[in-house]
Amino acid sequence: MGISHLSILGAHPDVEVVGVCDTSKMINDFLSKYGNFNCFTEYQKMISQTKPDAVFVAVPTKFHYTIIKDLLERNIHVFAEKPFCLTAAEGEELVKIAAGKKLVNQIGYHNKFVGTFREVKKIVASGYLGNIYHFIGEAYGPVVTNKKQDTWRSDPSEGGGCLLDYASHIIDLINDILSPVISSKGSLLKSVYSPNVEDAVYSLLQLTSGVSGVLSVNWSDDTYRKMSTSISIIGTKGKIVSDANELKVYFKDSVPPNGYSKGWNVKYITDLTDTVDFYLRGEEYSAQVDYFVKAVAGKVPNTINNFESGWYTDRAISIIKNSSK
Amino acid sequence: MERILFGDNQFFAVNHISDEKSRAQSIKFKDDQAIIKTLDDAIAAGINTFMCTTHDRIANICNIIRANPEKYRDFKIYPCMPYAHKYANAVTELGVTGALKQYVPGNFLGSLFKGGMAYLSKDYLSIMELLVDSEMKMFKGIDTPVIFLQNVITDLLLGLRANEIFIAFHQYIRKKYNAEAGFITMNMPMLLNVLQQGGIDNPVICSSINKAGFRMSGGKEIYEKTLQTKKVRAIAMQVLGGGAIPPKEAIEYVCNLPNIESILFGASSKGNIENTVSNIHYFDKQHA
Repeated sequence: MGISHLSILGAHPDVEVVGVCDTSKMINDFLSKYGNFNCFTEYQKMISQTKPDAVFVAVPTKFHYTIIKDLLERNIHVFAEKPFCLTAAEGEELVKIAAGKKLVNQIGYHNKFVGTFREVKKIVASGYLGNIYHFIGEAYGPVVTNKKQDTWRSDPSEGGGCLLDYASHIIDLINDILSPVISSKGSLLKSVYSPNVEDAVYSLLQLTSGVSGVLSVNWSDDTYRKMSTSISIIGTKGKIVSDANELKVYFKDSVPPNGYSKGWNVKYITDLTDTVDFYLRGEEYSAQVDYFVKAVAGKVPNTINNFESGWYTDRAISIIKNSSK
Repeated sequence: MERILFGDNQFFAVNHISDEKSRAQSIKFKDDQAIIKTLDDAIAAGINTFMCTTHDRIANICNIIRANPEKYRDFKIYPCMPYAHKYANAVTELGVTGALKQYVPGNFLGSLFKGGMAYLSKDYLSIMELLVDSEMKMFKGIDTPVIFLQNVITDLLLGLRANEIFIAFHQYIRKKYNAEAGFITMNMPMLLNVLQQGGIDNPVICSSINKAGFRMSGGKEIYEKTLQTKKVRAIAMQVLGGGAIPPKEAIEYVCNLPNIESILFGASSKGNIENTVSNIHYFDKQHA
């Protein structure tokens, strides 16, 4: 993901990319040759030489804690890829440091910048679904579809596995749209192809608000062309079924929110997406970067996807892991 | 370029507004014969250019086209490369180096990675050329007058400011394939500037252009102004805005814009193909 972030930052009119760090000589060489980027292979050297205002951390999760802590201690604003940390304890410490130093902090859970999911959050918050009593959070896609794969994704100590990857996205959405996961009534972590990590996660979740529901995630499902994330929410007055493209909502009452009518309503991402200035693979990726840049400039509050919300998701991940034992 | 180009998203379950529709398409077009039948419907409606990604299944379609030279005598394909998911999946599985090793033929990369020496510009350009050649293999013997760089790669390189790669791609396509290079992008005005600065005059650029302003980065107004004031051979795609705009209104908008040389659309049914074609003809006549 680092290369997409760099491309979006490279095209952002308010950003000057002062340094890029990668371990691959070939990539560094390409970036400096063509894009005239100042490239490094050691991040400490990059930081001390370029003195950046903010840093994007897109490295395997096992390096997050050390690198982010170091950056915060040097008073640098941080955008880090998801998941936040490998343990909830590490994340908690970083949340405190960032808050204490009043540094802008953001995690790359891009679904919060997807128009349909943003609309789901709005409808839920408005109370029009009545008493919410159940949810289903799902994510499916074709990441590990055979036995021969051997990357950091297949190594549990490096943050591999479907729980920290695919599942974290939908857990984060549940946390944000409904309320944080507080316990699990039981979880199944299944290996489909990977010998050392889970390829599927199924769990019964309880949220702090008292609502309970189901999590169903599988990254070895090649009937999907790419990752598909969806959430269904059922209440006494209505029901929502939404993915990143299409939002379907049913209102039982004759007084639904503005722009909706009684019965089924369908809205498409085309109606719910704000235009971005530069597009690469999805509006949400540019939107989250833009939000971070604006937060560093003090133009928006640092409330969406901050470290604290990332920590709630890390905590839910360890809850699920523990309940599967 | 012909006024109307037929796209391939529907064949590969690419649907920008609905996962359900995407699954229905993947069931409908499970067999290559279903794709051929729809292509034949498009030909019957007067469309002779098929713009498609270098998806593995296109290789089968190319075999059928080669096997029926008389039937497909005037048929052209505009290849769009690479089929990004193929590479994205390979990168996930094997890493950047591993993926390159898998797709770049021969021992070229092996010696590069082992060498440990500085890479030269010509090395990257050779990689690009080898990748183009490997993607073009399936189209051997088929008329491919325009060859496109897919938007994920175009836009990634655009943000990375690797503008020289665009120029090199343009030159290589002309030299090796005697064809015109095209670029698919979601950032048309920005790309056009870069291409013009690189000395590519009047480039072929395919981008989202629709009344709703969907996927028109920077906003619809910048696109309209670019089309009015600059030299570009534009292809409009996503003209229906993913289905957000009523078809007639959508086509009328695009037909009234200057500099739109072609309109690209895909459809699964004969009825939808015929409707779209007749709408384009109708509004073209009105505008003429």
